[in-house]
Amino acid sequence: MYPDNFYYTKDHEWVKTDGDKATVGITDFAQKQLGDVVYVELPQSGSQLEFHQSMGVIESVKAVSDIFSPISGEIIETNEELNDSPELVNENPHDSGWIVKIKIKDEKELEKLMSASEYEKFLEGLEE
Amino acid sequence: MKRTRLYAAHEKEGAKFVEFFGWEMPIEYSGIIQEHMAVRHHAGLFDVSHMGEIVISGNQALDFVQYLTPNNAARLDVNKAQYSALTTPQGTFVDDLLVYYLDENVFLLVVNAANTDKDFQWILSHKQGFDVDVQNKSENYTQVALQGSEAHKILQPLTEIELNDMSGFAVERGSVAGVEAIVSRTGYTGEDGFEIYTLSPNPEKIWDAIMEEGKTYSLLPIGLGARDTLRLEATLMLYGNDIDESTTVLEAGLRWLIKFKKGDFLGREVLLKQKEEGIRRKIVGFELIGRGIARPHYPVFVDDEKVAEVRSGSFSPFLHKSIGLTYLPIEYTEIGTEFAIEIRGKRIKAKVVPTPFYKKEEKQ
Repeated sequence: MYPDNFYYTKDHEWVKTDGDKATVGITDFAQKQLGDVVYVELPQSGSQLEFHQSMGVIESVKAVSDIFSPISGEIIETNEELNDSPELVNENPHDSGWIVKIKIKDEKELEKLMSASEYEKFLEGLEE
Repeated sequence: MKRTRLYAAHEKEGAKFVEFFGWEMPIEYSGIIQEHMAVRHHAGLFDVSHMGEIVISGNQALDFVQYLTPNNAARLDVNKAQYSALTTPQGTFVDDLLVYYLDENVFLLVVNAANTDKDFQWILSHKQGFDVDVQNKSENYTQVALQGSEAHKILQPLTEIELNDMSGFAVERGSVAGVEAIVSRTGYTGEDGFEIYTLSPNPEKIWDAIMEEGKTYSLLPIGLGARDTLRLEATLMLYGNDIDESTTVLEAGLRWLIKFKKGDFLGREVLLKQKEEGIRRKIVGFELIGRGIARPHYPVFVDDEKVAEVRSGSFSPFLHKSIGLTYLPIEYTEIGTEFAIEIRGKRIKAKVVPTPFYKKEEKQ
């Protein structure tokens, strides 16, 4: 379910790295909690983000929820496809439903994030 | 938290639950959009047992209902229901409700879950001088709503009541899946459909039989999430959002349910004066022109002045737009008038549009 090569946050974002670039999305758990996603407010490319800064908003039919930056860095790309097809976040949260790409400022920050098995344990804890 | 008698059935269907005014109710099963579209195209089944049922009976039951509500209950035949309101002396809403004329001198008032206790106390506090008995039967009744164009086909094999003979707001007594029930051709979705009330301790027989019969018609169980988006598209008022004790019946665009000629009722004087002098604000339907979704309590601006808040606001699954209701100063209520809604600090353009947002006749 949760890819081994991703990092995860307690806010239910995932991070996939490729050199100094990171792709960021929300987890399958998060999309299930939200329900049908109908609008994603994406940040501007070029914006500088601090760790855990609000960088956008996901709206489902019922709820509004902030997307937090899992790492510090600069937004280098946003998933424009979500403008027309926000449902990709539900259908394919770990792949085509990605939200932004960030140029990582400090790779050490990745150490603060969870591995797939840690995240799965974290989720079990939430369900109890 | 209170649970309805159908709780186990919802669990079996994989419902997600939410607290709703003290009730643990299904918010969604398969997803709000899928459920919404099932009702628009086929059929959906709702557990609405959290709704309140108050019975007024006695020699002066009609007089008392007439005093409490602005619609004309005297024009009801036995076995008919009407939409109405409990009004304050200021012409505002204690609640909105359905009035069922069940028998000579017996009326059933179906009220909002959030208001059941308040309504019951309100009614008791006004009964002095009327020869009536008032009973809160809310804990006894299970209520389900079967809604959508296929509703009558699903229900007919389960009941001896001739559903085709039932016009809108007709009420019949009979059995559904072998269980004694009251069936009315009413609903809260903008579609054809039925609401079924039973005092039986085994109401799951009705639920299960409808679910089974509905399989061939793509029937889905529907949670409160889609109930809200369906009723908003149909511009049916939600108490606490669109109407409350600060909004008058006229401001809420419900002039048609006030029958001034029927005689005295709570709020008549104020409403009559308001009708003659004109209202200063009115409820309007809007759609967002800019991107985003306008939600309840977001500030509403006209010419840079905050004039109101969004009352109801949601993404419309049928229209794929952000729609909602708000109260605007009367001079800004014309169709097409543009105004702004503040979403996360930004003013987003919106415009007044005709309501209801959705009408079933428009569909193929």
